[in-house]
Amino acid sequence: MRTSIQSTSAAGRGGVTRRRALAAGGAAVLALTLGACGSSDPLASSSASGSAASGALVVGSQQYYSNEIVAELYAQSLEHAGFTVTRQYQIGQREVYMDQVKAGKIDVFPEYTGNLLQYLDKSATATDPAEVLSALRRALPSGLSALEPAAATDQDSFNVTKATADQYGLKTIADLSKLPQPVKIAGNSELAKRPYGPEGLKSAYGIEAEISPVEDGGGPLTVKALKDGSVPVADLYSASPAIATEGFVTLEDPKHLVLPQNVVALASSKVDDKAKAAIAAVDAKLSTEALVELNRKSVEDKASSATLAKDWLTQQGLL
Amino acid sequence: MNLFAQALAWVFDPANWAGPDGLGIRLAEHLGYTALILAISAVVGIPLGYLVGHTGRGRNLVVLLSGAARALPSLGLVTLLALWLGLGLPAPVIAMVVLALPPILAGGYAGVDAVPRTVTDAAKAQGMSPLQVLTKVEAPLGLGLLMGGVRSATLQVVSTVMLAAYVSAGGLGRPLFLGLKTQDYPMMLGASLVTIALALALDVVLAGLQRWFARRGR
Repeated sequence: MRTSIQSTSAAGRGGVTRRRALAAGGAAVLALTLGACGSSDPLASSSASGSAASGALVVGSQQYYSNEIVAELYAQSLEHAGFTVTRQYQIGQREVYMDQVKAGKIDVFPEYTGNLLQYLDKSATATDPAEVLSALRRALPSGLSALEPAAATDQDSFNVTKATADQYGLKTIADLSKLPQPVKIAGNSELAKRPYGPEGLKSAYGIEAEISPVEDGGGPLTVKALKDGSVPVADLYSASPAIATEGFVTLEDPKHLVLPQNVVALASSKVDDKAKAAIAAVDAKLSTEALVELNRKSVEDKASSATLAKDWLTQQGLL
Repeated sequence: MNLFAQALAWVFDPANWAGPDGLGIRLAEHLGYTALILAISAVVGIPLGYLVGHTGRGRNLVVLLSGAARALPSLGLVTLLALWLGLGLPAPVIAMVVLALPPILAGGYAGVDAVPRTVTDAAKAQGMSPLQVLTKVEAPLGLGLLMGGVRSATLQVVSTVMLAAYVSAGGLGRPLFLGLKTQDYPMMLGASLVTIALALALDVVLAGLQRWFARRGR
């Protein structure tokens, strides 16, 4: 009752101005919302903020927790060396962030040798780690360089349970021919289109494969699907802690269908020798075991990338 | 817009409709899942809604529970259930039933509730048993409102059952996710357009049914 009296009296004098103010406010909100929509357009090619002063670097990461950990290792090492670091983490997949890197909006990006090469050069044939690296360096556009890769690899790998491996005597991917065909493989839906997807498995190993798409990037749902026997094979990242904790068997890939994926820093021309040294110090100590352990702490202990990176760098004597 | 043109071209390319991975199968799966989920929700929700509406008991509880169920994020629920039930249809179906149940339940009890007291009293005075009052008076008169609930549930399910593809169960979510993950935006948008068309078509059919029932109930 009281409010209605108040609003009536307000309408007598200041009603119009108030309405106008509301309209203006509404328009402002609308403009802001539209602006926000515009900047989050997944098709827009530019949104990351560039770095201005020298000594300031932008470090990016994929939308993948393990990649973010590596990015954070680089970032803290760079900060320790005196650089000002802007973090642009969780930027989707390669197709999205490479434009940003090429445009010089991101200076340091943790990458994986094989996948990056295949992205840049679809006809690349190199399969061993050294060849892949030199082919990658040739394929990179000018202004970008691949630093010395770490020993750590994190690549797609085809995994089976210990029970399945024992029952059928599985050691390599070729042994999957002993399973009823087509072999169901749980993995992200994009696996269906990757060179090591069904087509590659057929041409390299003669395996009829069918992808069961699980959209969590080798996460708990994919692990569960393999564990409970929904699928005989799952595509997990080799640095996934689940492989060890669940006792999965990773099938060997003698024909190098899945390219080696060493962790490598992709760097812009703004990354000078001092910055390169800071990144190289990290990569020199980053083994697959170290990466698996970092990933395990992230998954099981829910530790943040910042904490994990700080602890690891301190432990390695890099901070 | 160029992207829309590409998406439409993708939708109307007959090659994308054929085969075991084609839109035809995906559309059929999508419709089948929607029908299954609505059937389960109706079997559970309509009698329960009538019971609550007829007796007037437990109404607050139902409103509270269904409101809370609506607030659950569907993707989280699908993931959680799939971690328990495994890949495939069970997890998304249960999650979608949780989504569809509240509006159907609300439609059921609101329909019965909206029947004027004098009408039910008259029915009772004619010697009708409580069950007869419900089946011969309250249920027919409330059909219009119930259909409104079913319509809103259908719209939500048909658009959210996309998530079935997140756990390997197929449906129109499959091309949507594949398009998203491989940056094939015409495919992603095309899958969305087919889903939107499906949702609109279902809504038109149900709106017609609702009007027909409402007229009959008058």
